[in-house]
Amino acid sequence: MHNLLNNRKTEIRLGIVLLAMIVGLSLGSDSFFTLNNLTSLLNNNAINLIWAVGLLVVLIAGGIDISFAVASSVVQYLAVQVLRQIGGGDWVTGIVVCGVIGIALGLVNMFFIYRFRIVSIVVTIATYNAYFGLLMFFSKGRNIYNLPDWLTDRVVMFEYEAADGTWSELTLAVGAMVVCVVATWLLIQRTNLGRQLYAFGDNPEGARRAGVNVAAMQALAFGWMGLMAGIAGLMQANIVKEVVPNALIGREMDVLAAIVLGGARLGGGKGTVLGCVLGVMFVAVTQNGLNLLGVSPFAFKMIIGGAILVAISTSNIDFADLFRRRQEAAK
Amino acid sequence: MTDANTERFALRLKGISKTFGGLQALDDVDFEVRAGEVHCLAGENGSGKSTLIKIITGVYQPQKAELFELFGEAVRSISPTGARNRGVSVIWQDLALFSHMSVRENICFDDMVGLTPKGVHYGEMDRKARAVLERLGVPLELDIPLEALSIARRQIVAIARALMNDARLIFMDEPTASLSRSETDHLLDIVRKLSADGVAVVFVSHRLAEVLEIASRVTVLRDGRLVGVYDCADMTQVRLGELMTGQLIENKVVARDRVDAPKVMEVRGLSRAGEFENVSFDLHAGEVLGLIGLIGAGRTELAHVLMGMRAPTAGDMRVEGRPFRPSSIRDAIRQGLAYVSEDRLSLGLLQKQPIEDNTVISVLHKLLTRLPLLSMRKRDALVRSWVDKLGVKIGRPSDLISTLSGGNQQKIVLAKWLATEPKLLILDSPTVGVDIGARAGIFRIVRSLADSGLAILLISDEATEVMFNSDRILHMAEGQIVAEYDPRKMTVPELEERVYA
Amino acid sequence: MKTSLGTIRSGLGTDTSSLIALLIVVVLGFSIASPQFMTAANLGSMGFQMPLLGLLTLAMLAPIISGGFNLAVTYTANMSGLTLAWVLLQFGGKDAGVGALVLGCLAAIAVGMLAGAIIGFVVAYVGAHPILVSLAMMIFLRGLGEFLTRGGDISGVPDYMRVLGHETLIGIPVPLLLFGAVAIVWHILLRRTQHGFSVTMTGSNQMAAEYSGLHTKRTLVLLYTLSGLLCAIAGILMLARFNSVRVGHGEALLLVTVLACFLGGVDPFGGYGRVVPVVVSLVILQILSSGLNLIGANQHMATAVWGLFLIAVMVLRSEQVKMVLGFFKKS
Repeated sequence: MHNLLNNRKTEIRLGIVLLAMIVGLSLGSDSFFTLNNLTSLLNNNAINLIWAVGLLVVLIAGGIDISFAVASSVVQYLAVQVLRQIGGGDWVTGIVVCGVIGIALGLVNMFFIYRFRIVSIVVTIATYNAYFGLLMFFSKGRNIYNLPDWLTDRVVMFEYEAADGTWSELTLAVGAMVVCVVATWLLIQRTNLGRQLYAFGDNPEGARRAGVNVAAMQALAFGWMGLMAGIAGLMQANIVKEVVPNALIGREMDVLAAIVLGGARLGGGKGTVLGCVLGVMFVAVTQNGLNLLGVSPFAFKMIIGGAILVAISTSNIDFADLFRRRQEAAK
Repeated sequence: MTDANTERFALRLKGISKTFGGLQALDDVDFEVRAGEVHCLAGENGSGKSTLIKIITGVYQPQKAELFELFGEAVRSISPTGARNRGVSVIWQDLALFSHMSVRENICFDDMVGLTPKGVHYGEMDRKARAVLERLGVPLELDIPLEALSIARRQIVAIARALMNDARLIFMDEPTASLSRSETDHLLDIVRKLSADGVAVVFVSHRLAEVLEIASRVTVLRDGRLVGVYDCADMTQVRLGELMTGQLIENKVVARDRVDAPKVMEVRGLSRAGEFENVSFDLHAGEVLGLIGLIGAGRTELAHVLMGMRAPTAGDMRVEGRPFRPSSIRDAIRQGLAYVSEDRLSLGLLQKQPIEDNTVISVLHKLLTRLPLLSMRKRDALVRSWVDKLGVKIGRPSDLISTLSGGNQQKIVLAKWLATEPKLLILDSPTVGVDIGARAGIFRIVRSLADSGLAILLISDEATEVMFNSDRILHMAEGQIVAEYDPRKMTVPELEERVYA
Repeated sequence: MKTSLGTIRSGLGTDTSSLIALLIVVVLGFSIASPQFMTAANLGSMGFQMPLLGLLTLAMLAPIISGGFNLAVTYTANMSGLTLAWVLLQFGGKDAGVGALVLGCLAAIAVGMLAGAIIGFVVAYVGAHPILVSLAMMIFLRGLGEFLTRGGDISGVPDYMRVLGHETLIGIPVPLLLFGAVAIVWHILLRRTQHGFSVTMTGSNQMAAEYSGLHTKRTLVLLYTLSGLLCAIAGILMLARFNSVRVGHGEALLLVTVLACFLGGVDPFGGYGRVVPVVVSLVILQILSSGLNLIGANQHMATAVWGLFLIAVMVLRSEQVKMVLGFFKKS
C-alpha cells in the first residue's frame, strides 16, 4: 500500500485537490452536485478526454503531438466528402472512415519521425501548419452544414427528467469517450504492446536492444493518437451538427497542459490514464465551479492559467520531505 | 584436466575477423568459455572486446569465422533474439533497464517483447520474478519503480532478467564500475552462485583486482588481436596491465615530504549530518594528498562541501589562512579551488559542445574585451596554450568533445580547471573510464602540477592509484578519517587489506 | 581565399550556407513566376510584415537554445501592447503626448519582462518543464487579457506612432530597421557575451554547466526575462501597425516562431542555435508567403507551404539523406 502511494504521488495529490474542490463546490453552491451539472460537465469535456488519452499514449512513448486538434478538423472535412461520395453512410461507416483517416494522418507524423529521425515536436509543428493551411485553403474557411442525417441526429445515451423539470442527459460523445478511455487503459496497462510503449519511452536504446520493434511502437503511438483524433472529430461534428474548419485549432495546448498536470512526463515512460482524466477534470471542474460561483466568464482562463501555474510550481515540492527536513532542523 | 564437465564448452570461437570501413576491429581472434566458468575478457578501450560481444550476441555479423559454437552446437548466423533464445545474455554497463517501470516488469520484460498482442498478468509476473530472485538469494520489493533502487540493486535486477531467459552464458560489461566494495563482494557472491549452477559468466572489466579474484581464466585482447589466455591463479595485476597495454608499467612510490611548505587548506572538525563527521586535515602547497575510501565512505560528499555545493553542519575551513566558507561552486572557484568530478560524462564535460568551449567554460571573464564581449582570439589562444601544455591529442578545437578518447577528455577537464589558476585541485576518481596506458599520462601531469606548487587532493578507491601518486594518504571510512599512512612505509597489499577489509 | 571562405562559413554556421542557397532559389522562382515580386512595393510590404514574426521568433530562440520553450511569446506581446494602449488611453488616446508614449512603452516593457521573469524563475528554481510553465503562463495571460478587455479591443493611438508602424527611413521600413537592430544585438548577446555562452551551455547540460561554475539558474531567469523584453517590443510594434490591440492578436504566429527556429537549425533539445540562420529562415518564410500571395494563393496556402517546407528541410538535413548526398559528393 505504501508503495502504491509512492508510485502514484501526482495522481493522488491531484485526486485529493479535485475531491476537495468537489466537496467545497457541493457545499458552496446548490447547483454543483446535481445530475444536470455533472452530466453537462461530462458532455462538455468528452472531446478533450478523447484527445487526452490519445496524446497520453504519444507522451508515454516519448513523443509529443501538436497536430491532433487540427487533424480532427481535417478528419471531419475529409470524412464528410467521403461519406457524400458513398451516399451518406451510417454510424459504422462513419466511424471506420474517420478512424482510417485519423490513423493515416497519425502515420504521416510517424513516418517522418521514424524514417528520418526528426524529433516529434518538429514534425508535428510542421504537419500542424501543413494540415491547417491545406484545410483552410481547400475548404476556403467555409462551414459545412449539410451533413448526413444520422450524423446530426442527437443520440442520447441516458436521459432523466427530474421532478422540477430539469433535464439531464449524456450524449453519444460521452459514450465514445468512455470506450476510448477504457480501451486506452487496456492497451497501455494490460497488454504487452502497451508495456513495450512505456519501455520504449523510458529507455529507447534499452528497448531496442531487448528486441522491441521501434517502428511498430512509433506507429502504435501515433496511430492511436490519430484514431482518437478521428473519433473526436466525428463526435464533435455530432455535437455541433456542422463542420467548422477552424473550430478546434488552439485547443491542443490546453489538453497538453492538463495531461502533464496529471503526471505524464514530457520525455516519455511515465503517465497513467487515471492521472490524465484527473488532469482534464481538474481544469473542467475549476471552470465549472467559477461559473457556478458567479465569477465573470472573462476571468475563467486567467484563474485556470494561474491555478496550473501554482500547481506546477508546487508539484515538485515533496511535502513529506519538507516536513522531514524541518524535523531534522529542529533537532 | 580430463573432467568431462570442464571440457564442455559454453562457447567456442575460432578465427573471428571483423572490419569496419577498412578498420580491423577483430583480427583472427579465438575465444573459449567453459560451461559454468567465470571468465574474464580484458583489454583496453578499442581492443575489440565490445565488438566480440556484439558478434556473439548477433548485433554484428563477423566477416570471417572458422568456428562458432554455442553449447556444442554450430551457429551459422545469429540475431539478438536468437542469441537470447539460445541462452546468451548481455548485461550492458548502462544495464538497459527501464527506470520508471516496476522491478517486476523489468525482470520479466523480455516475455512482453513482440508484436503479437498478449495480455499482461501481473500476478504471474510476480511469481516468476520472486522465484528468480530467490534463486539469487536477494529479496527485492517488486512493485516499486526501478529508479528507487541503488545501482547495485539494479544490477541484480539485470541479472535476474537474464536468468528469466534461462541464460547459461552471461556477459557482464563493467559490472562493478559504480559499486562500492561491499556491493561488489555481494555481486561476486552471486556470480559464484551462478557459476556453481552451471551458468558461465564472462566479466568485462577494467578493475584488475576483482577480475583476478573471481575469474578462473582471463583472455586478453589488444588492438583487435588475441594476446593470450591465462590462468588467473598465476597472474598478477601488474602483469595483466602489461599484457593489456603492451607496455611495461612502472609503479614506484614517489612520495616526498611537503609538510614544511605553506598550508593551502586547513580543515578542522568538518561535518555534514548523515554524510561525514569530524574531518580534519591540512594540505600543503605542492603536496598530493591521497584520500582513499570506498564508495559510500563520504569522500565525494566531502569534496562537494569543500566546493560549496552543500553547506557543512559543523567545522571550519581555511584557505591560505583565511576563513573559507564557500556559498556556491562559483564562490569556491573564485577562492582558488577546482574540482574534477568523478562523473566526467555527465558532470565533467558538456558532451554536445566543442572542445574549445569546454576548455574555457570556467574562465569566461578572462576572455572579455573592454566592451565587455568575449574575444574569440583570446579564446583560441587560451585553448591552444592548454592543449599544447597538457599534450592533448585533438583534431580541431571546434570538434565536439565527444570525439576524443577518455584520456584526452580528462586532460581537457584538467585544462578547464587549470585555466582558473587554482591553488587547490580536487581530483575525484580521475581515471574512471580512462585506459591504463593513458592513466600514466594523467598522473605525469598531476605530478608536475604538484611540483609547480599546486596542492592536490586525490580521491580514489583504488589502492595502487593512491599508493603510487600521493605524498600522504588519508583513509576515510564510514564518514570519518580513520588513519593516515605514509606510502613509503607501506605496500599495496597492506593498504588494500586495511581499506577493503 | 579558401581559408577566408572557411572562416566566413564557420562564422555563419554550417546550416546558413544551405539556407542561403534555398533563399536564392525561392527568390529566383518567384521573380520568374510573378513580375510584381521584385518591385519596390512588394519588397516594402514584406519589410513591414516580417519584423513582427521576426521579433517573436527571436524571443523564442533563446529559450529553445537553453533547452526549453517560451510558449507565452504571443500573449506576452499582447499583454505588453495592451499595457501601452491602456496608458495612452489614460492620457487621451489619440491626443496622448510623447511623454505618455514613453511612459507607456516603459510600462509595456516592464510587463513583458515580468511575465518572462516569472516563467524563468519557476523553470530555474522549481525545475518544472518549460513547456508546461510557459503554457500555463500563456493560458493565464490570455485569460488576464480577456478579463481586462472583456474580449473587446483598445484603439486610439496618437498619429505619430504611425512612424514606427508605417513609415520608411532612407527607403527602409522602420519596423525592419528596428528588427535589424534587435537581431544584431541578439546575435552579439548570444554569441559574444558571458550570458549567451551560459545559455548555450545550460541548454546542453545544465548540471555540467553548474559544476563548471556557471550560474545556470540566474541565466535561465535572465534569458526568459530578455525573451519577455523582446515580446514587449513586438507588442509595441503590433500596436503601432494595427492602431489597436485585441487579445489573441498574432496568436497564430506562436507555432510559426517555433517553426522558424527549427528551420534555422536550432537544436530542439537545446545547446545549439544561431541568430543568422534563423533570420534567413524568417526571410524565406516571408518570401514564400508574399510570393504565394502574388501568384494567387492566400495566407492559408502559405501556412501549409511553411509546414511542408520545414519537413522538406528537416528531411534533407537528416543523417539518412546526408549519407546518400555524401556518397554523390565523393564520387
